[in-house]
Amino acid sequence: MNSVEGVAIASRGGAPSIFLSNITKAYGETVALSDVSLDLRTSEVHALLGENGAGKTTLMKILYGLTQPDSGQIKADGVALQINSPRDARAAGIGMVTQHFSLVKNMTVVENIALAIARTFSLDLDSVRDAVVAASTRYGLEVPPDAIIGSLPIGLQQRVEILKALMSGCSYLILDEPTAVLGPQDIDSLLEVITQLRSEAKIGVVLISHKMAEIEKIADRVSVLRRGKVVSSSLANGITSKELITLMVGEQESGVVLRSESQSHGRDPILVLDSVVVKMEIGGLNNVSLDVRPGEIVGIAGVSGNGQTELVNILSGTLSIDSGTIAVEGATLTQNTPQLLMRAGVGMLGEDRHASAVHALQVMENLVLDCVDNFATKVQLNRKKMLEHCESAINQFEIKATAKQVFGTLSGGNMQKVLLARLFSRKPKVAIISQPTRGLDVMATSYVRSLISKARLDGTAVLLVSEDLDEVLELADRVAVMYRGSVIGVVDGANASREKIGELMAGIVR
Amino acid sequence: MIDITQEIIGSSLRIATPLALAALGELVTEKSGVLNLGIEGIMYGSAFVGIATAAQTGSLSAGLFAGFITGAVAGLIFAFATVTLGVNQHVAGLGLTLFMISFCNTANRIIFTSDGGQVRVDPWQPFNFGGPIFSQYWMTYATFLIAVPFTWWLLWRSGLGLKIRAVGENPEAADVAGIGVAKTRYTAIIIGSLLMAAGGAFITLAFVGTFTINIINGRGWVALALVIFGRWKIGRLLAGAALFSVVNAGQLQLRLLPSFSDVPFEILLALPFLAVIIGLAVSGRNVPYPGAYLKPYKRL
Ligand SMILES: Nc1ncnc2c1ncn2[C@@H]1O[C@H](COP(=O)(O)OP(=O)(O)OP(=O)(O)O)[C@@H](O)[C@H]1O
Ligand SMILES: [Mg+2]
Repeated sequence: MNSVEGVAIASRGGAPSIFLSNITKAYGETVALSDVSLDLRTSEVHALLGENGAGKTTLMKILYGLTQPDSGQIKADGVALQINSPRDARAAGIGMVTQHFSLVKNMTVVENIALAIARTFSLDLDSVRDAVVAASTRYGLEVPPDAIIGSLPIGLQQRVEILKALMSGCSYLILDEPTAVLGPQDIDSLLEVITQLRSEAKIGVVLISHKMAEIEKIADRVSVLRRGKVVSSSLANGITSKELITLMVGEQESGVVLRSESQSHGRDPILVLDSVVVKMEIGGLNNVSLDVRPGEIVGIAGVSGNGQTELVNILSGTLSIDSGTIAVEGATLTQNTPQLLMRAGVGMLGEDRHASAVHALQVMENLVLDCVDNFATKVQLNRKKMLEHCESAINQFEIKATAKQVFGTLSGGNMQKVLLARLFSRKPKVAIISQPTRGLDVMATSYVRSLISKARLDGTAVLLVSEDLDEVLELADRVAVMYRGSVIGVVDGANASREKIGELMAGIVR
Repeated sequence: MIDITQEIIGSSLRIATPLALAALGELVTEKSGVLNLGIEGIMYGSAFVGIATAAQTGSLSAGLFAGFITGAVAGLIFAFATVTLGVNQHVAGLGLTLFMISFCNTANRIIFTSDGGQVRVDPWQPFNFGGPIFSQYWMTYATFLIAVPFTWWLLWRSGLGLKIRAVGENPEAADVAGIGVAKTRYTAIIIGSLLMAAGGAFITLAFVGTFTINIINGRGWVALALVIFGRWKIGRLLAGAALFSVVNAGQLQLRLLPSFSDVPFEILLALPFLAVIIGLAVSGRNVPYPGAYLKPYKRL
């Protein structure tokens, strides 16, 4: 591994101009950051890596003024900065796009940007609009200026966030897992935008990501955090993904589960959807028929927005069907409500973990949310039993959290593990799993995939919806491809080639 | 001096009783994500129906029971409007309050005051366990020894409480987890209304033994403010109730002093409200509202 000083000439970026030194931050017992130092340069893409809970978000929140460090200092060009709020950070030229967007959903793009950049009381929306159009051409970030934010797909909302940060004049831009919420096409165009920002607008970009391929592709410098410490910070060329993974997790074996023969041959399907129709203005489902057998993983592939979300929602019971039937173990459900589906043995991991859990509640409370009554003796909650249940889940699923921690303070990966623990601890007959590894680090990803494989071996019927085609191909026994609200084709997992599936995803059937 | 301090504490507890009951009721309701502005009206209705029933039957307990029924029915109507129909919570709550107040005033006029009289009962008498502090109505003892711990237990230690807090923070997540959002909110609203009704009935059946126009006199709104002041925590909520009541009891004592005879009594009367406003201004910023506060929930 090269040291930073040794190869400074080869660096693409300018001289370091923001120094974070000896930053320490603890939340109660948890030390999120201990004595972390890092420097940032303009005209450089600086990737920040680390396992879930390593402290990446915390470090960037400190730089952006969203939280205060217990000790340590931030300097810009030799001058100590006092960053008490995002406003201070923006004044110092630092912008951030957080994992959760901070846009006002029912306002237009221009109005949202005006909120962030308008300085005076008089609001001249026309001039803001001109500025938005100018900036979006300049940075290659096309946005529809008069569209209502809530009507835009997530990729465009993210562009608005980036544009907003750039237009408030930042020379450093922090992006916290920007690609985690995007589909493959959007990821490519975002990476292009980032490269362009670095080379043409001379912006220093801090990119937090768990995806090695992206980092290899665009990072100039890579820093790795492990358990709140910087374990390496160096130029990116010459480092392999393998080395980075070792740096992130230390020397340990990854728990890869080998694929075994499908257990499902000749068994009757346990989940059967028959000609299901959901009518909606945009999207909806159009005559979907699908079945999943016990011990089988059926993967759903497709360009996002072709009915995957609706499919998951009718199986979680939050979207009712207009016609067709859903049957579990041969019994047709009279109605697809969450309660009936759960009683029938359908478990769920939703695509949006924030919508699946209650942030303000404790980990152990969230863990029993779908079976509160099992943890109440008469009406009194049995907190001791909940605690034991939670602690065993924390052990079994390697969750980095304490039982009584408030769920909202967990790192993304650990939130996901809690939700998986909730799903599997009920031993569902059918598990609907949507985007299970979104935002998860490499180790957690392979761990979660091994959990899904294990559930399959235990005879659970798994319906896996994922935008990550590699994930679908790795796990699924059969791949069903969705196109415009229907299942356009089902391919056997063993014979599934990317090409064949790619064609189906584009709507081409032969 | 000792005497007057004891007097003030004793009378504070009495003053705090209806406030605490109503605020606990509002707390349970709001924890489920619903703001019940019908609080003032529910107290008013139960105060009137309570004493009217007691006067007719000659039984204070029957009066209290009738007050509870009033609260439950009002809560049910409010829940139907806000949870089932999705009516704006401000509108439904204020509407309920306005309706209850004018309905009770009219009924009072027709039944009791048309011949110039007034409804009267012999109210509950305090139990004296020694000293002014421990000379309280049974409902005051019940409030602080039963209702307060019960509400705490309900919200933070019972299965229902976990469901209430979950639907109040994130109804989507609760729904997916199989918790009936509507059912839980109905339950919270009705439990809350019963507590508010107890607060209203206390005023006529114990405190004064009669009913006059405007008898609740904004106590419901004070209770509402106490919930925010208390940041949805029982301890802080009670501290707020104590502050209001002590200032109120204090000003009542001051009015008796000769040196204060020149001060217009309205100024003294306003003091406790001023205390709540200042308290709110100090603590009302960055309040951790329940995540789904004011949001009706409907599946897609
Ligand atoms: N507000 C908080 N209260 C308590 N603990 C917190 C809080 N915020 C973060 N933590 C803890 O600090 C640690 C670091 O969290 P952080 O969110 O920075 O991780 P991360 O590296 O961004 O992880 P991920 O890749 O999952 O997003 C975690 O153990 C987390 O539980
Ligand atoms: Mg993070």
